[in-house]
Amino acid sequence: MRKPVSLAVTGIVSMGALTLAACGSSSPGTSSSPQAAAPITIGVSVSLTGDFSGDGKALVQGYDLWAQDENAKGGLLGHHVTMKYVDDASSTTQVVTNYQNLITQDKVALVFGPFSSLLTIPASTVTNRFGYAFPEPAGGGPSVFNRGIHSLFFVQPAPVENNLVSFTQWVLSLPASQRPATAAYSTEDDPFTQPQIDKARTLLEAGGVRTASYKVYPAETTDFTPLAQQVIAANADVVILGTQEPDAVAFIKAFQQQHYNPKALVETAGPDQGADFATKVGAANTEGVMVPAGWWSSAKTPNNATFVSEFIAKYGGTPGGISGDAAEAYSVGEVVDQAAKNAHSIANAALITALHSGTFQTVQGPMAFDSLGRPNGASFLVQWQNGLTVPVYPPSAAVAQPEFPKPAFSG
Amino acid sequence: MTLILEAVIFGILTGGVYALMASGLTLIFGVMRIINVGHGALVILGAYLSFALLRSANVDPFVSLVVTMPAMFALGVVLQIVFIRPLKEDREALSVLVTYALALGIEGLLGYLFTNNFVQLTAWYETASFAVFGFHIAYVYVFGFGLCLAILIGIFFVLYRTTFGSAVRATMLNRTAAQLVGVNVDRVSAIAFGIGVSTAAAGGVIFGMTNAFNPGSHYDLISRLLTIIVLGGLGSLRGAIIGAVGMLIIEDVTAVVISPVWASFAFFLLLVIVLVVRPQGLYGIRVRERI
Repeated sequence: MRKPVSLAVTGIVSMGALTLAACGSSSPGTSSSPQAAAPITIGVSVSLTGDFSGDGKALVQGYDLWAQDENAKGGLLGHHVTMKYVDDASSTTQVVTNYQNLITQDKVALVFGPFSSLLTIPASTVTNRFGYAFPEPAGGGPSVFNRGIHSLFFVQPAPVENNLVSFTQWVLSLPASQRPATAAYSTEDDPFTQPQIDKARTLLEAGGVRTASYKVYPAETTDFTPLAQQVIAANADVVILGTQEPDAVAFIKAFQQQHYNPKALVETAGPDQGADFATKVGAANTEGVMVPAGWWSSAKTPNNATFVSEFIAKYGGTPGGISGDAAEAYSVGEVVDQAAKNAHSIANAALITALHSGTFQTVQGPMAFDSLGRPNGASFLVQWQNGLTVPVYPPSAAVAQPEFPKPAFSG
Repeated sequence: MTLILEAVIFGILTGGVYALMASGLTLIFGVMRIINVGHGALVILGAYLSFALLRSANVDPFVSLVVTMPAMFALGVVLQIVFIRPLKEDREALSVLVTYALALGIEGLLGYLFTNNFVQLTAWYETASFAVFGFHIAYVYVFGFGLCLAILIGIFFVLYRTTFGSAVRATMLNRTAAQLVGVNVDRVSAIAFGIGVSTAAAGGVIFGMTNAFNPGSHYDLISRLLTIIVLGGLGSLRGAIIGAVGMLIIEDVTAVVISPVWASFAFFLLLVIVLVVRPQGLYGIRVRERI
């Protein structure tokens, strides 16, 4: 009986020590204020392995490019910037450990966000406890904001749930004779995808588009055939799917197998992956497929052309091959740079205050944040046309007319 | 009604693929009494081998099996000799740790070589389909099911019509007794492990054509395969086939009739009921161990 008792005592003592350590080091804006012009380190937990590894690597590219540009301009308020990355393996527990270590052991001056709402939620709890500003590029689901965290800032033009708003506006803007009468929805049970689908459904139903089918499937689903069957059986005019890339591809292949061709097809993610998506579904089958986007390589937003040319110079490739994740990460740095200039400080408390006031110019366009860090802009709608992805709505951002109805899959 | 019929047919066709993958796992358990939790990773490795041949030499995924199955058989034999054979005591528990380490090693290697981005095997028959009962069936499912059937028949033939098969079945029944009557159980085990791993290559090809996969895809796969062989009865080939087809039919029908959210739950409910009534699974053998 001695062993369990001693283990329990050790556990209680350890928990107490951890609590004291956490309390002792959580003095916002003090430990994180570096000496004037001293070099600083910015810490980021990124997914270099696991489900989000592709996105994680793109974030690193965006952050690195921003740090390079910032240092070339003399640094962040004169502080030379070094980025420190730690791999979270796409794990919600590892991301917590990473930010704790970055703040308490590495004593980084600032932290930037990881990929996905899934990881941003636990990460922001930690960074908020230590009083750090948490600008993040990829966590925009409603569950990120409904915890009332004041130090978090989602650096994209619009909250994730609004991503399909431009699509619904386009559908409802069509002449009555062409306007789709029914829509079928299927979405992964994920804080990134489902809120978008639910918002689109609400808006379309309010606009008179009847819901023919609505299904939510678990994120770990691998067999998409029965899900596609339900969508096909609904025979709706418009199909709206809450997908990541693997399920986006799987649905299109199932539609091809069943010779099913809706008049319009929009997916929350997947078609935005450029050549990778085209290779997987076949180039001919991309035609007419839509996806919401907050950034596009040809967008006429501040500094975007420079970002694109510098990105290609540093990493190679083509404008169409640049991941939106990289642009979002780059924007995080842009926002922090402007906030630091406004605050005349890189102390976290000062940055948090500065980020809540004013409008910031980014490669994704201008954006401002409300008290919970939600941006106030809107995403636009992109469509595959002739092997390229082009913005098609709203008209102010469009470079081509939406192709409607979508051509049939090539089979 | 068409929707349910379609779900049942797709359940049978995809169930055949899982049956093939699970048959390797249950064969290995039957012969060696080890749980190979690295089996999912070996399936994914098989898929990546075919992917590499497709990408580098444009080899059709099914044709690539001519190369990958023997290669995986050889790999299985080596793995058994190097990692499994040395386990003399507490094999069941230690084998889980060793094969899990193997899975992590394979995952790391694949991540290094191919990155962690999702990929998929492609061929003309992947999206081409034919009409039946008012819906379409893609050729890939039919070809895949046919291949699984052929391999499973081959395994049954080897097990029940050859001397080696008799040795395997004797080892499965009683390892010590088989040794006493002159069966070289080390050799039988190595070959059985090789056969199990080579079926993973075949399963991997079909899995890779019907699913996007990355090096981490083995976690979900092994949990499903273990569930199948528990339902069917550990060590039972027949049980693995019935378990796999049953699981896929129940999940697919539940997904279309009720909701995809309840698909796995419905299957696990059945699993619990079966295990309450028959703790050894559908076709498992109840054993009494001396303690």
